[in-house]
Amino acid sequence: MAKIIVDGVEVDVPPEYTLLQAAEAAGAEVPRFCFHERLSIAGNCRMCLVEVKGAPKPVASCAWGVRDCRPGPNGEPPEVSTKSATVKKAREGVMEFLLINHPLDCPICDQGGQCDLQDQAMAYGVDTSRYHENKRAVPDKDLGPLVKTSMNRCIHCTRCIRFTTEVAGVPDLGAIWRGEDMEITSYLEKALGSELQSNVADLCPVGALTHKPEAFHYRPWELSKTDSVDVTDAVGSAIRVDSRGREVMRILPRVNEAVNEEWITDKARHIVDGLRLQRLDRPFVRENGRLRPATWQEAFSVIANRVKGTNAKRIGAIAGDLAAVEDMYALKALMQSLGVKNIDGRQDGTALSPAYGRASYLFNSTIAGIEDADAILIVGSNPRIEGSLVNVRIRKRWRTAPMPIGVIGEKAGLTYDYDYLGAGPETLADILAGRGSFAEKLKNAQRPLIIVGQGALSHPDGLAVLSLAAQVAQNIGAITEGWNGFSILHTAASRVGALDLGFVPGEGGLSAQEMAKGGVDVLFNLGADEIDIAPGTFVIYQGTHGDRGAHRADVILPGATYTEKSGTYVNTEGRVQMGNRAAFPPGEAREDWAILRALSDVLGQRLPFDSLNALRAKLYAEVPHLAGVDSVVPADVAAAVKALAAVGGTPGREGFKSPVGDFYLTNPIARASGVMAECSALARGLKLEAAE
Amino acid sequence: MAVRKLAPEEIQPKSFKFSPENEAFADQQIAKYPPGRQASAVIPLLWRAQEQAGGWLPQKAIEAVAAKLDMPDIRVMEVATFYTMFNLEPVGKYFIQFCGTTPCQLRGAGDIKKVLERRVGEQNHVTADGNFSWLEVECLGACCNAPMVQINDDYYEDLTVENFEKLLDDLAAGRPVKKGPQNGRRASEPQDAIKTLTDPSLYDGSRIGAWRKRFEEEAVKPADTATEKKS
Repeated sequence: MAKIIVDGVEVDVPPEYTLLQAAEAAGAEVPRFCFHERLSIAGNCRMCLVEVKGAPKPVASCAWGVRDCRPGPNGEPPEVSTKSATVKKAREGVMEFLLINHPLDCPICDQGGQCDLQDQAMAYGVDTSRYHENKRAVPDKDLGPLVKTSMNRCIHCTRCIRFTTEVAGVPDLGAIWRGEDMEITSYLEKALGSELQSNVADLCPVGALTHKPEAFHYRPWELSKTDSVDVTDAVGSAIRVDSRGREVMRILPRVNEAVNEEWITDKARHIVDGLRLQRLDRPFVRENGRLRPATWQEAFSVIANRVKGTNAKRIGAIAGDLAAVEDMYALKALMQSLGVKNIDGRQDGTALSPAYGRASYLFNSTIAGIEDADAILIVGSNPRIEGSLVNVRIRKRWRTAPMPIGVIGEKAGLTYDYDYLGAGPETLADILAGRGSFAEKLKNAQRPLIIVGQGALSHPDGLAVLSLAAQVAQNIGAITEGWNGFSILHTAASRVGALDLGFVPGEGGLSAQEMAKGGVDVLFNLGADEIDIAPGTFVIYQGTHGDRGAHRADVILPGATYTEKSGTYVNTEGRVQMGNRAAFPPGEAREDWAILRALSDVLGQRLPFDSLNALRAKLYAEVPHLAGVDSVVPADVAAAVKALAAVGGTPGREGFKSPVGDFYLTNPIARASGVMAECSALARGLKLEAAE
Repeated sequence: MAVRKLAPEEIQPKSFKFSPENEAFADQQIAKYPPGRQASAVIPLLWRAQEQAGGWLPQKAIEAVAAKLDMPDIRVMEVATFYTMFNLEPVGKYFIQFCGTTPCQLRGAGDIKKVLERRVGEQNHVTADGNFSWLEVECLGACCNAPMVQINDDYYEDLTVENFEKLLDDLAAGRPVKKGPQNGRRASEPQDAIKTLTDPSLYDGSRIGAWRKRFEEEAVKPADTATEKKS
């Protein structure tokens, strides 16, 4: 630790800290544009100038290390001043230069009200300009459907370039020309190709890069802000949902060091328009082959008539990918009261099951733990599209010091170098047998990590593959004291919650696939849109969007999306997180647990809770770890891996295929979104181009 | 700085491939740097690509360099656009870089510029016969022979309107031309009578060792003055 005096306050900071970080540790605020904690240091905006005692000129505090400061003549700690007159004058000078070419279009700029330049100009700007020449004019760039440009406003902080190059790993952006002609652009103005590209608009300290789908839709001060959690993948990114009146206007990332740092995927962010399109806003009942609007009473009585005449063995329930824990708990309780054992929350047919212990289906290393791994084997997963922020962590780890990464499954651009080992279970068996150089690398690693994706587990032979992976984990010593190197990457936000609840077939119960193939006569479908249900089954669909599930339904009960209800989601690590209500469901749609509670009454099996709190109290009594919001309750990994390894079985020969075919269209909300459709079409085009 | 841009699509070649010797040169340059640092060789490769493509960098050449160095296209584009010596549009067979900085200006570069404007046309514009194009650049470091131009790789110095016109005529006609000063002067020697370094003793050898003699004399002197002060 090094001592340093900032504005008279002595602080003890690590010597590798920059002056800016030291100043923040001492409670001083330093303005900045180019500096960002999670990006490399550029040092080009000069806004963070401070005075260092003994230095002839102000220094850029973001690029000056504490250990670079010399002590005083008698060994006193170095002294830094962030508030002196010199500093203020220097910053005013920098600000004046930045404003020379910055247009005065704040009234029509989407960044207005959330603009670093605007805020800092209040502190350091002067009220008039001494510059009478014409301002610089720069042509706007077309960077695709998500990022809108207004390049006159650019102050060349290069945060966007550093983000795409370092974090996203898709180096699309660059600065061409030089000096005052410098322009930020992509190569020949191609659309950006990253699934994280929207974050550049968040990073932009001015209004040069803004969100295209949201352009001119709102002012930031009109919005009410609700902290929530993302459900578009199983990572469970922390988000903030901003709404105006009944309408969700935008979704922003929140900082959560353990999960998403401060990034979110484009899907999580720009799914917003999908929340208001194609919505189911009233119950529907199928009559003579056509769905007609109905009242809740009508819909319930149709269901009640059907259920009453059906044997419990011929009734089933499937929970979809976006269901909250509370909804599934209510559905499970309802099914139990009806004596139904056919329940399943795994519409993709994954082999994961609570039978082998909680650790058998969790990302045990935790996402932040990826940074400690020194070798990674990815089995049947494309983390870039299945859990983009997990991929970001792997890349972050790989960038600090490249470690061996092996992939079994599909060959894909993952933004880091990896050894492609093979396509299917045979390669995994080879690793187990110690064949090949990568097996050697895994063995030699101190903290090897095996990530098993749903591509490997969603086949009928999934359990055998999972067992094989567990054997490999045992074999290479992935589970040791203090290291859990056996991780499952999920693709659905609801899956871990369903498994935690035990939303799986009871004794003699049918799986989701068996139910869908006609194993039941009455099927309760809680938002499962990615499964084909055989004709002949009476389907009750409770969901939010007029998607595949609704088209197949005989009765539709309109529910609430994740922004319209308070719901618990458990992410792939087993982290319990709670989303909050930012808006109300449209029309007659209701919160899902409440629908199930009302239905239970009609079915004569009144569920024992009248409020969400009562439901949660029951839920927490039954599954205590769900009460620990924002925490991960560690599971016994060694036992789970042992149990899995003992299962054995012979896997097939088919190669692993990622379950996420189109990153942008994985759930009904995304499929309703026009922005996502545009992104998807563009991504398909880019893929075709790359294949040529 | 002059506005630069990529050449329009219709004149961009459809493909670019390094010649075998340039390929070998590229490998040699890449070998200079540690593995994984091959991007350091971007400037020599771009330069060779420019030479091979006839004095300018087509889009496909930029992409070829990027592919060779395993760099994203935009990174190579950044370098190619940053340095003004990479031409992004076609140049004439004789690409004239005309020095317009102060010393040349004082020595009559304005007249040379007029000749260029009259005979070649505006900057960055290739004559109809494809022979010439010109560009005003900053100081080329030959101020003692001002005014001057660089044509392709060579300097042509001590220009006047007459000898520059003749130079252009000769180049256009394919006649051999003399590089360097165009007024008969050798390198950057004085143009007329020598006015400095005229002392013959500089050249007869009598100066050899003279500095040591002077030091020896000076070493004796302080001792004298010291005794004088005492008395």
